[in-house]
Amino acid sequence: MNAATLDSVFAALADPTRRAILARLARGDATVNELGAPFAMTQPAISKHLKVLENAGLISRSRDAQRRPRRIEPRRLAQANQWLVKYQKLWEARYRGLDTLLEEMQRGASR
Amino acid sequence: MSAGALRIVPVSDREIQITRVFNAPRTLVFDAHTKPELLKRWLFGPPGWVFDVCEIDLRVGGAYRYVWRKPPDTVMGMGGIYREIQAPERIVSTEKFDDAWYPGAAVGTLVLTERSGQTTLTNTIRYESKDARDAVLKSPMESGLKMGYDRLAEMVE
Repeated sequence: MNAATLDSVFAALADPTRRAILARLARGDATVNELGAPFAMTQPAISKHLKVLENAGLISRSRDAQRRPRRIEPRRLAQANQWLVKYQKLWEARYRGLDTLLEEMQRGASR
Repeated sequence: MSAGALRIVPVSDREIQITRVFNAPRTLVFDAHTKPELLKRWLFGPPGWVFDVCEIDLRVGGAYRYVWRKPPDTVMGMGGIYREIQAPERIVSTEKFDDAWYPGAAVGTLVLTERSGQTTLTNTIRYESKDARDAVLKSPMESGLKMGYDRLAEMVE
């Protein structure tokens, strides 16, 4: 996943309403009306959130032309997850680098 | 806990704690966290990224800013304000990524304790909301991000 895609995924996940929508879709496909029911929001506002999620690749529309239910796309979330694993590796790598620097500083100080 | 191992655990509903032991006195570990020329030697980005900007105004109310760059034009920046500074043992600062994937800022408390020439670093990160903590905690870093969620739905609930 490239940085731009990751940005859009994280930006999409940064909003509580959108996370709630994803949580709902994790339990099964749902229509725009069903997704909007728990929120005190207009349908255009809900549709805007759905657009963000769709653009990030986190949800898609199923083929049922009548209801156009949305469904979650777990692969994209999995990709974001992989990125986070890398992030832990990053901290481990940084601290190994800090180990090396601290060794150098101590050798320098003892000279 | 032995030197070298990175440990990440939740310590309250909105806080996670990273612990790491270094074979060095804490004055050096403190310097390595507060002097730009030293920070630039280890706080690097992922492979292929360059640690480009490292500015530190080390006083209460002072700001810090870090920017990493990946050629040709990808940029990742973060920064915050120092709230408490007690050299060489404690720093409290806010932190926020330019493109934060969680709402609000986080507050980091860095504590260094020294024993027999070894320094234990404890970095406690408190998120403004539980959502933010969850987003981060379920990742392996801190989050940034510690991991282990097989069921992706949990990530968003």
